[in-house]
Amino acid sequence: MDLFDMKMPDQLIVWGNPLINGAWISIILVTLGIVFVLTKYKKWRWLWDEWLTTVDHKKIGIMYIVSALLMLFRGGVDALLMRIQLALPNLEFLDAQHYNEIFTTHGTVMIIFMAMPFLIGLMNVAVPLQIGARDVAFPTLNAISFWLFFAGALLFNLSFVIGGSPDAGWTNYVPLAGEELTPGIGINYYLWGLQISGIGTLATGINFLVTILKMRAPGMTLMRMPMFTWSTLITSVIIVFAFPVLTVALALLTFDRLLGAHFFTIDGGGMPMMWANLFWIWGHPEVYIVILPAFGIFSEVISTFARKRLFGYSAMVVSIVAISALSFLVWVHHFFTMGNGPWINSVFSITTMAIAIPTGVKVFNWLFTMYKGRIEFTTPMLWSLAFIPNFIIGGVTGVMLASAPADYQYHNSYFLISHFHYVLIGGTVFGCLAGLYYWWPKMFGFKINERISKWAFWVFVIGFNMTFIPMYLVGLKGMPRRIYTYREGLGWTGLNFIETVGTFVMGAGFVLLVWAIIYSIRHAKRDYESDPWNGRTLEWAIASPPPHYNFARVPRITGQDPLWRAKKKGETIFEEKTPLKPIHMPNHTGIPAVMAGFWFVAGFGFVFEWIPVGLAGILGVLLCMMWRSLTDYHDHHEVPVTELRDAAAEEIKNAGGRSARGVVNDG
Amino acid sequence: MSQQKQASAKHHVAGYAFSLVLTFVALFVALYTSLPASVKLIGIVVLAILQMVVQLIYFMHVTEGSKIYQLLSLGYGIFVAIVVVAGSIWIMLYNTMTQ
Amino acid sequence: MAELDQKVNLPDFPEYQTEDGRLKIFGFWVFLAAEVVLFSTLFATYLVFKDQTAGGPTAKDLFEVKEFMAETLILLTSSFTCGLATLKMRLGQKKGVLMWMGLTLLLGLGFMVMEIGEFIKYVGEGATIGTSAFLSAFYVLLSTHGVHVSLGILWVSLLLIQVVKRGLTPITSRKLFIAGLYWHFLDVVWIFVFTAVYLTGLVS
Ligand code: HEM
Ligand SMILES: [Cu+2]
Repeated sequence: MDLFDMKMPDQLIVWGNPLINGAWISIILVTLGIVFVLTKYKKWRWLWDEWLTTVDHKKIGIMYIVSALLMLFRGGVDALLMRIQLALPNLEFLDAQHYNEIFTTHGTVMIIFMAMPFLIGLMNVAVPLQIGARDVAFPTLNAISFWLFFAGALLFNLSFVIGGSPDAGWTNYVPLAGEELTPGIGINYYLWGLQISGIGTLATGINFLVTILKMRAPGMTLMRMPMFTWSTLITSVIIVFAFPVLTVALALLTFDRLLGAHFFTIDGGGMPMMWANLFWIWGHPEVYIVILPAFGIFSEVISTFARKRLFGYSAMVVSIVAISALSFLVWVHHFFTMGNGPWINSVFSITTMAIAIPTGVKVFNWLFTMYKGRIEFTTPMLWSLAFIPNFIIGGVTGVMLASAPADYQYHNSYFLISHFHYVLIGGTVFGCLAGLYYWWPKMFGFKINERISKWAFWVFVIGFNMTFIPMYLVGLKGMPRRIYTYREGLGWTGLNFIETVGTFVMGAGFVLLVWAIIYSIRHAKRDYESDPWNGRTLEWAIASPPPHYNFARVPRITGQDPLWRAKKKGETIFEEKTPLKPIHMPNHTGIPAVMAGFWFVAGFGFVFEWIPVGLAGILGVLLCMMWRSLTDYHDHHEVPVTELRDAAAEEIKNAGGRSARGVVNDG
Repeated sequence: MSQQKQASAKHHVAGYAFSLVLTFVALFVALYTSLPASVKLIGIVVLAILQMVVQLIYFMHVTEGSKIYQLLSLGYGIFVAIVVVAGSIWIMLYNTMTQ
Repeated sequence: MAELDQKVNLPDFPEYQTEDGRLKIFGFWVFLAAEVVLFSTLFATYLVFKDQTAGGPTAKDLFEVKEFMAETLILLTSSFTCGLATLKMRLGQKKGVLMWMGLTLLLGLGFMVMEIGEFIKYVGEGATIGTSAFLSAFYVLLSTHGVHVSLGILWVSLLLIQVVKRGLTPITSRKLFIAGLYWHFLDVVWIFVFTAVYLTGLVS
């Protein structure tokens, strides 16, 4: 059977283009460097014990965030390359094919491998702490989620040096992405990279849903949960119900390409539009998956640094719950122009406009939270303040696009590009950074240097607006998206040039940010302050970094913002008198990483359509699962009371005993 | 968790009997009656939904454990399922339906 | 094994005894809710494509009442026997669990044999996954269900080994209960295959 002959693609190792050669060389050098350092300082054991086999949600969170920052770098380099090519008319820095590959990987990396993992990383770090839990519901599954994301990201990122990148856009529209018009393996990388990491994301959704619903500390009712926890809960719901659609859509296209099925082909009765339909049934909920957690972060940060309770808490909850349902009812707005019936476009225009309402409600709540607050302009607060106007620009232009007849004008122009960058950068990326700054001291016991960070902030925000305001204008002047060059004399040149300069300014902002982090790692004072921001929620009641079991005593919650209440009243949320009990904690395990390794092998095999390799990988995955099923009877150990005493004492001290600094009376 | 007494074997036999009856009624309605096609389709879909309810109650014990949360998740899944099925059919076949 | 026939003293609902058990059972319900969406997407695809036969064989040409009725009855019966196994598990009767679960496995295998036989027959009649959109959707929907059943067979077999070795403990009971949920769920999916694919295919 020809399925079993292992064909070699035309170009297995991509070589020749100077950019790619450079990438190759740097990949090899970096890998060698890492291996050298690990060996020289005898860190392999440490890497395996402390990180690769960990099931601790805080460490998993940190691994997510580090990977996401790397992906932000990779996606950012893609962006710079595109902007160089478009700076002036008729440049030949990239050819058409290379340009297509770069905008495809840019979009995919940023959404799937940067935004989502960054947010999931922050959820991992903060959510169990915020609800007073000692871990997530399924710690091993949590590790599996991370490693599947990692395997998927690795696979996808290999494409440009081994075999060639996908080039049909992050939306991967057929028939272009079909076997007929795009043979070769680039598209397969897209399909398998997303498939593998998507399974991990689904597992994360289930895990956090169960954790939040079932593992809250006594007294932490749903309506007392911090807003970040609420937004994580709703995000998990959306993940659980949206990701299966992506799984199917990817699988169907895989069958078209691998087995000659006819789902999305033009002949054989297939319908290319069905891909758009399925993709966006997942895709629109996906944009809410990457914005809701950011909303949650802004809520925490704004209320902390305005020193006020979040205004309109219940309205916020109602809004996000409404968004979770509405987000499944608007997907057609992404293909208004594909010739749907008038009824269809009208209905989906209306639902799309409706979703702006709960979003607007939230903006007002943030503004009222700050009203008459005593605002402290820390870096996380700056990112949150900048979010509001920038996100409004993105949201308002979204409503403009929501009108189907108007969308015929804007669709596939730079106007659209600017819309989603205003919401994705102004919302998601600003949120990720605010969260990173906010929880950094909790993760590591010291703050990131504020002075450099404020520079980074201003440079980045100015660069961002310099890039994307002109994009709205050039879009209105008719410049379509996804073109690799343009003629002179269309009135686009000046604006494009400003955009490119702006992108470099943003890049400088990113460099400053990295510099701030490195500088702080080397020089910042390790004060291990448990409550550095004068916070309101439970995570600030325990040590920084927290012990692996988080809470020596489970806290007792009597209202919203429990720590704040305790500090105000000079009480404690930990019952000093209850005797300490040994704590049950999950054991480390290597199965998640090994299993993800097999997924990687499977993905690699199927990308190259080497069926035996793919099947061998799947077999490995199955064996790991069977092994786990047979051996999970003793996967916990006990932390003895003697180990808990110090932590317990510190908890008591933090949570109110040492009376709060600068508490204002606002309830 | 509700601590009601557990279901008996009789209970299971009843569930099994229901499911057999529903299956044969569906077969009969679909193939051996002369109702209009649309009525038949509605009929068999309703019967399938009843089957699902039988399985959920008699065999899957959906009312035990975290009852409310379980029912909510399932309900949400069914909501999205209906949106996906009805929406896709409407969107993809609209142009053929109106001809 | 000496303890094979022992009636172990377990509480009424052994699967819910530990915190871990409760979390896992609820987690599995959430997973099943996600599976509802997964299968609904496949059903949506099938229903969109069911008349796109591209000149190839149609539903009426292929489906045979006797065949799919037999498959349906086998699966319904297996759901029943699986339910009885859960009942025995709650009564702490290990032997009963092994017997009814074993029977469930056999029925599951029988179903798979029939389904594979059906596919081979269709392919012989010139109906492959590449023939038309209708057949692509048909094969993918049914094999997704079939792969689930096969994985279920593998999983339950593995569990039975654990039950033989360890007896009915809160952990093995929880595992059995969850595998049971999975099995019943696949039966529900099949009901919809029966309705939306086979019956609908022969109606109009
Ligand atoms: C105020 C609420 C929003 C409305 C009314 C809205 C509306 C729209 C519409 C109508 C389109 C399609 C335009 C076209 O293709 O011609 C669109 C595209 C897009 N939106 Fe939004 N949007 C909103 C918020 C968001 C948010 C919060 C995000 C993400 C964080 C987002 C991300 C995107 C993306 C990524 C695309 C384009 C995808 C592509 O074609 O590559 N939007 N939006
Ligand atoms: Cu959208």
